[in-house]
Amino acid sequence: MPLRSDIKKVLMIGSGPIVIGQAAEFDYAGSQACRVLKQEGLEVVLVNSNPATIMTDKHMADKIYIEPLTLDCLKRIIEMEKPDSILSTLGGQTGLTLSMQLAEEGFLESHNVKLLGANPLTIHKAEDRQAFKDTMEEIGEPCIPSKVVETLEDAMDFANNEIGYPVIVRPAFTLGGTGGGIANNADELHEIAINGLRMSPIHQILVERCISGWKEIEFEVIRDAKGNVITVCSMENFDPVGVHTGDSIVVAPAVTLADREYQMLRTAALNIIQALKVEGGCNCQFALKPDSFEYAVIEVNPRVSRSSALASKATGYPIAKVATRIAIGYSLDEILNQVTGKTYACFEPAIDYIVVKFPKWPFDKFVYAKKTLGTQMKATGEIMAIGPSFEAAMMKAVRSIELGMNTMRKRDFAAMSDEEVLNKLHDVDVDRSFCVFEALKRGISVDTICEITKIDKWFVSKLKNLKELEDWLSEGDLTQEKYDTAKKYCYLDKSIEEISGKSLKECGIEKRHAVYKMVDTCAAEFSADTPYFYSTYDEENEAEEFLKQHPTDKKKVLVFGSGPIRIGQGIEFDYCSVHCVWALKEMGCEAILCNNNPETVSTDFDTGDRLYFDPLTFEDVDSLIATEKPDGVVVQFGGQTAIKLTKHLQEIGANIMGTCAESIDAAEDRELFDELLEKCDIPRPAGETVFTTEEALQAANRLGYPVLLRPSYVLGGQNMIIAHADSDVEEYMKIITSHKLENPVLIDKYMMGTEVEVDAICDGTDFLIPGIMEHIERAGIHSGDSISVYPAQTLNERVKKVIITYTERLAKALKVIGLVNIQYVVYDHQVYVIEVNPRSSRTVPYISKVTGVPMVDIATKIMLGHSLREQGYTSGLYPECEYIAVKVPVFSFEKLHDVDTQLGPEMKSTGECLGIAKTFSEALYKGLIAAGFKMQYSGGVLFTVRNQDKPEIIDLASRFEALGFDIYATGGTASVLNRNMIATNFTYRIKEEKEPNVITLLESGKINYVISTSETGRDPARDSVKMRRKASERSIACLTSIDTANALVSCLEMHKSIDDVEMVDITKI
Amino acid sequence: MNFGKDKTAYLILSDGTVFKGKSFGKEGTVIGETVFTTAMTGYQETLTDPSYCGQIVTQTFPLIGNYGVNSIDYESDGSAVSGYVVREKCDMPSNFRCEDSIDNFLKKYGIIGIYDIDTRKLTRIIRETGVMNGMITTEEFQLEKALEEIGNYKVGRVVPKVSTDKIEKFQAENPKFNVVLMNYGYKYNIRRELVNRGCNVTVMPWNSSAEEICALNPDGIMLSNGPGDPADNPEAVETLKKLIEKQIPTFGICLGHQLLALANGGRTVKLKYGHRGENQPVTDLELDRTFVTSQNHGYAVVNDSISEKVGKVSHINANDGTCEGVKYSNAPAFTVQFHPEACGGPHDTAYLFDEFIKLMEEHK
Repeated sequence: MPLRSDIKKVLMIGSGPIVIGQAAEFDYAGSQACRVLKQEGLEVVLVNSNPATIMTDKHMADKIYIEPLTLDCLKRIIEMEKPDSILSTLGGQTGLTLSMQLAEEGFLESHNVKLLGANPLTIHKAEDRQAFKDTMEEIGEPCIPSKVVETLEDAMDFANNEIGYPVIVRPAFTLGGTGGGIANNADELHEIAINGLRMSPIHQILVERCISGWKEIEFEVIRDAKGNVITVCSMENFDPVGVHTGDSIVVAPAVTLADREYQMLRTAALNIIQALKVEGGCNCQFALKPDSFEYAVIEVNPRVSRSSALASKATGYPIAKVATRIAIGYSLDEILNQVTGKTYACFEPAIDYIVVKFPKWPFDKFVYAKKTLGTQMKATGEIMAIGPSFEAAMMKAVRSIELGMNTMRKRDFAAMSDEEVLNKLHDVDVDRSFCVFEALKRGISVDTICEITKIDKWFVSKLKNLKELEDWLSEGDLTQEKYDTAKKYCYLDKSIEEISGKSLKECGIEKRHAVYKMVDTCAAEFSADTPYFYSTYDEENEAEEFLKQHPTDKKKVLVFGSGPIRIGQGIEFDYCSVHCVWALKEMGCEAILCNNNPETVSTDFDTGDRLYFDPLTFEDVDSLIATEKPDGVVVQFGGQTAIKLTKHLQEIGANIMGTCAESIDAAEDRELFDELLEKCDIPRPAGETVFTTEEALQAANRLGYPVLLRPSYVLGGQNMIIAHADSDVEEYMKIITSHKLENPVLIDKYMMGTEVEVDAICDGTDFLIPGIMEHIERAGIHSGDSISVYPAQTLNERVKKVIITYTERLAKALKVIGLVNIQYVVYDHQVYVIEVNPRSSRTVPYISKVTGVPMVDIATKIMLGHSLREQGYTSGLYPECEYIAVKVPVFSFEKLHDVDTQLGPEMKSTGECLGIAKTFSEALYKGLIAAGFKMQYSGGVLFTVRNQDKPEIIDLASRFEALGFDIYATGGTASVLNRNMIATNFTYRIKEEKEPNVITLLESGKINYVISTSETGRDPARDSVKMRRKASERSIACLTSIDTANALVSCLEMHKSIDDVEMVDITKI
Repeated sequence: MNFGKDKTAYLILSDGTVFKGKSFGKEGTVIGETVFTTAMTGYQETLTDPSYCGQIVTQTFPLIGNYGVNSIDYESDGSAVSGYVVREKCDMPSNFRCEDSIDNFLKKYGIIGIYDIDTRKLTRIIRETGVMNGMITTEEFQLEKALEEIGNYKVGRVVPKVSTDKIEKFQAENPKFNVVLMNYGYKYNIRRELVNRGCNVTVMPWNSSAEEICALNPDGIMLSNGPGDPADNPEAVETLKKLIEKQIPTFGICLGHQLLALANGGRTVKLKYGHRGENQPVTDLELDRTFVTSQNHGYAVVNDSISEKVGKVSHINANDGTCEGVKYSNAPAFTVQFHPEACGGPHDTAYLFDEFIKLMEEHK
C-alpha cells in the first residue's frame, strides 16, 4: 500500500523537556519522523516545548510551535492549523497520552483529525492495566498475577489475602514507572501504594506478584497495516527483573536463550503486536523464569521508546523512520532498507557483534541520594558500546560512561574487606556490576554471586573471564601475546600497563591501533554502503577500505559528540554537534561524527558522512584519527566530553578547528584566567585557589562569608556549593577530598547580584552577540537551573554596553574562533565576570531559534575560514527580536528520592522548556505552564524561609494574600508576616514534634505552593530537606528562590489562561 | 578461560587465504565446502541439521555455545557438518537445560572446530567470491599441497549419507492421517510438526520406490530437506515423477521442493553463497504477506523454469526475488524452499503444515 491519499497535513507531538525516563531518544525518533513526512511531501506541524531539540529546528517542519504540551494548547493549535492527522507514537509517553486524551474527549473526531500509528483502542489496550490483562488473556499470553486497584484498601486486600509479599506496585500512565516500587510487607505497601495512586493521572495502580530474579528480555517489533510483522532486535538485561530496564545494563541480542526460549518469546511478541493492531513499532518486555519455560508479559509500549532507539542503533535498522512510513500507509515490503540499499524493511536484522548499553546515573552530583535501583528509573542517559564479545563491549562501555574508570575495577571497593564485599553484593544499586567484579577478584565463586544477585551465570562468567585475563596480565612478563589478547578485549594501553605493572615500551610491545567494522544490519551477508563503524582489534579495517572505495577531494572534518546525557550536559550539545555536521556538509566538507550515545540524532548513521560509534577517550580517538586522517577536528560542540580531548588532540598533531587548546586552558585554569582578566581590565569576584581544608577555611575567612566553593574544571556546577560558615566548608572539603580530585578547589566571594549570560560568536576580528540573557534568580543558583529571559529585561543601556565591551575583550584575548559562553554578575551596577567557556553552551539552541541567528552554522563556517562579515554579520549585539523568550528549567525530583530540591550553585535540572510571547509576562506564563506549574488561584501557600530572606517575603506573601490564598508559615517566618499585617496560620516544624506540622499540613492537601529556603540543605536527614521532599512527593510546587516565587505570583496576578495568549509559530520569527 | 593455552588451528580457503585461530572440538584435518549462516540462535539445531552435510559451517554471530547443548534440541541423531567455525566459543554455558558444552559436543561427534578468527572477514570473502572449499587443520601444513587437496574436494552425492535404509514409524496420539516422510536427510521437527497435528508418520529411505510408497496408502507425502545439489539425485526425481500421477497430497521443503520442481521439468541453479539464516523475508504472493523464515540452501529453483502447465511460483524471496515456493496445478502439491518447521529460527510459517493437513482432508 502506498502513501494514504487522505493524509496531507500531519501534527507531530514531541515529548517535551528532558526528564528521567524521557530523554533525547524522542528527539531522535521525532526528527526521523519529521524528515520522512517531509520527504513524502506532507505538511508537518510540530509542537514541542523543548527548545534544545533538533526536531524544533526551522527546517524540520513547516510550522513549529514551542508551546506547552497541554491539552488546551494542542486544541488551540489544532483549531488554528487544521491538520488531518496526528502521529501519536513518536513523541514518547507524553505524545501518546496527549493524543489519547484528545481522542477520548472526541476532540479529534469533531475536528476531523485521524490518529496515525496507534488508534485509541490500541493505546487503551496497551496502557490501561486491566484492558491489557484482558487482551493478553484473550490471546493466551501469560501475565503476572496482578490486580488493578484504585484504593489503598483494595491494594492491601489483594496483597494480604491473594498473592502475598513481595509485591510490585506500578502506577498507570506514568513516565519511567514513576511512583512505583517493590513492597516486602504491608507497611511498605501502604506507603508505596498511596504514593503510586497519587502519581497516576487516573489514580490507578497495579499490584502484582513480584517476580524479581527472572530474566528480563525485550523485543522490538514492527507491524504494518497488512499484518506483516518482524522483530528488529532482542535485548537481555544484565540485571534480572526488579531493576527498571532503563537502569539496567542491557545487551543486544539476548544471549542466554536457546532457540526454543528465544522463538517462544519472539512468537509471543508477534502475537501481542498483532492483537494490539499497532501500525508501527512496539516494545514488548518479558520476564522468563530462569529454570523453566514459564514466562510472563511485563509491559508493552505501542510506540517508539528508549529501547527502540537502542535497537535502531544496535542493528542499523531505523525503527522510527520505518514506523513513520507505516503510519502513513506503506507496508514493510515496500520500504527499502537504506543500509544495504538492496533489501527491504521486511526482514530481521542479523548482527555479528554484541552491544552493551550502560546507564548514566546522576549520583556523582547527588551525593546524598540513595543509589539503589528498583522499578523507578533513575538514569538520566546512557551509552552504547559495540564489540565482538561481551567483555570487549563492556570494557568500552565502562570508559564511555565517564565515571573516571577504564576497567571494571572500582576504587571504592579496594578498601573493603572480603566480607564487606560479599555483603555489598546484596545491594541492588548502581555499583552492582563493579561489585560483582570485585567479588570475583576476591575469589568469591560464580555460583555464590549468582545465588545472591540472581544475575545470570553467563554474565558473571564473562566478568570472570575479564578477571582471569587481568590475572594473566599481572603474572610474569608482559608478552606480545598477552598484549594482543587484552587488546581483543578492548583494554586501553594505559590499563594494560596499569594492570601488568609494566611499561609497554620497556617490554618491547608493538602497540596496535583499532580497526573498524561496519554495522550493516545483515552480518555481512550483503554488501552495504552504510558508513557506520565500530572499533575492534582485528586485522581487516573496513573503514579504511570504505575510504579507499570512496575517494574524495573534500576536506575531512571529524566532530566529537558529547557522550551520555547527564545533568549539566544534555541534549543541547547534540543539537550543536549535529548542526556543526550539517554546516560542514553544506560547506562541501566531509563530516565525520564520533559519539557513544544511542539516544541521539548525532548517532544516526545518516546525519554525517560517516559515524563511528565508539568511546571518546584519548586512545580511542588516536585509532580513529589514524584511520580517518581528518584535515580538521572539532571539539567545541560536544560539551566537556569533547573539550577534554583538546589538549591530547593537539599533542598528537591533529588540526583543532576553532579556538585552540591554549585558549581553552586559559579559560579553565584559575591562574591563567586571572592573568587574562587583569590584562583585559575586567573585574571578577575575589577568589583564591586551595587544596586542603585548612587552606579553604583560611581563604573563606579572608574573603568573608558567603563564599562559593567548586573544584576547577567543573561541569554543570558539579560539586559546587555556597558556604555560609566554617562548618559548610569543612563538610564540603570532606566530600571533595574523598573523590580524590586531582584539581584544586576554587573559593570565590559570593555576590548575590543579577546573573547575565551571553553566547557570542567570534572570528578573531569581529564578534557577534545574538542576545543577552538575564536570569530571574539572583546569582547563586546555577545558570542551568535559573529561569533565563531573552532579551534581558532589567539591564540599563550602560550595563549592556559594559557587557558587550567585556565580551569583545574576552573573545579577542582568548582568540576565540567560534563560540564562547560568558556568565556575568551585575552587582551594585558593576559588571563582574564569573565564568568563560570557550565552547558551545546550553543556551545556544534556544537563542539560535529565537533570534534567528544560526549560531552553530555561523561558528562552523568561521572555523572553515569564512569571517562574520563574509557571512553578512557585523560586530556587536544583534538587534533584539520582537518576541520575549523565557527558558524554564525542569527537574526530575519525583524520581530521585533524598535529593534536596533547594536550588543552589550545583545544577539539578534535567531539561528545559521555553515560553515565547510578545510580552515578558506572557512568555513567563507559558514557560511555567510548559514546565508543569499549575496556575492555581486559591488554596494555601506555605512559607518557611531563612532569616536573610525574611524581609523579602513580606511583599510576596501580601501578593499571594491579595490573590485570595491562605498563608501558612513556620515560627519565625510566621511572626514576621503577622507583624507585617499578613494574616498567617502558624504551623510547627518537624523537630518541634507537635501538630499541625509542615508534613501533616502538606498531606492535608491545603497547600498549593511552598516557598522554602534554608541556610543549609543537601543532607536528607535535615528537616528542611524532608519538608521539600514531601512537597515533591505530593507534587506541590516548591519554590526555593524568592525570585522564582515573585515571577510565579506575577503570572497569577495576570489572571490569564492559555486561551488568552498567542500561539507562536517560530518559523515565522 | 584458558588464556594462552589453546592449541593453534588454521582455516585455509581455496583462494589461498589462511586464518590462524585456535582449536576446539576434535583435532585433525578436514575439508569441506565453507558456508556461513547468519542465524543468531539455534547453533545446536544448525549442527544437527543434516542439510549441512559436507560443509564447514561458519557462524556469523560471534558468541556460540552460550546456552550449551542438551539432549532434546537435536534435529537428527548426530551432526553431519564437516567443520565448524566460530568467533568465540563459550566454556561456561548457562541455561537450565544445558547438559554439556559446545566443545564437548564437537568432540563427541568428531567435528573439527576453529575459533578466535575474524568470522566477519571470512564471511565477506565468501560473499564476494562465492561459496568455496576450505580446510580446517590443527596440524602443520604445506599451503600448496593443502590447496591442491582443497581444490579436489567435492561435496558430491550426500543424500545417501544422511538418509537411512530402514523404515521408521512414528505414532500420533489421535491419528487422523498417514503421512510418508521422504527422508533426504530430514530435520526432526518436520516429523514433530506432523505428529503434533495428528499424523502417523512413516519415514522412508531416500531411494524408496513409488510402489513402496504407494503400498502404504498414504494420505499425504512429505518431501524433506536434505543436503547437496538436487541434480545429484536422479532416482529420487524419477520416483517423484511417478508419484505426481498418483495425485497424493504432497508438501515439500527445501531439497524436497527442489526435487519436485525437477520432477516437473523445472531447473535448479547454484546460488553464489546461498541463503543460510533465520531472517530471510519471503513473500506469499497469494496472501500478499511477507514472512520471516529460516533458510539453509545453496541451490534454488529457477522461477521461469516452472511451466504454467504444472503450476506457478507461490512464494518469492523479498530480498533477491528467487523462488521460495511453488504451488502445483497438476497435482495436489505445494513446496517451499524455506523451513516452516523452523528449529532454529522463526515459526512464522508453521501455518503451512496446517495447509498440508487441510489439503489431505480435502483429498481424503
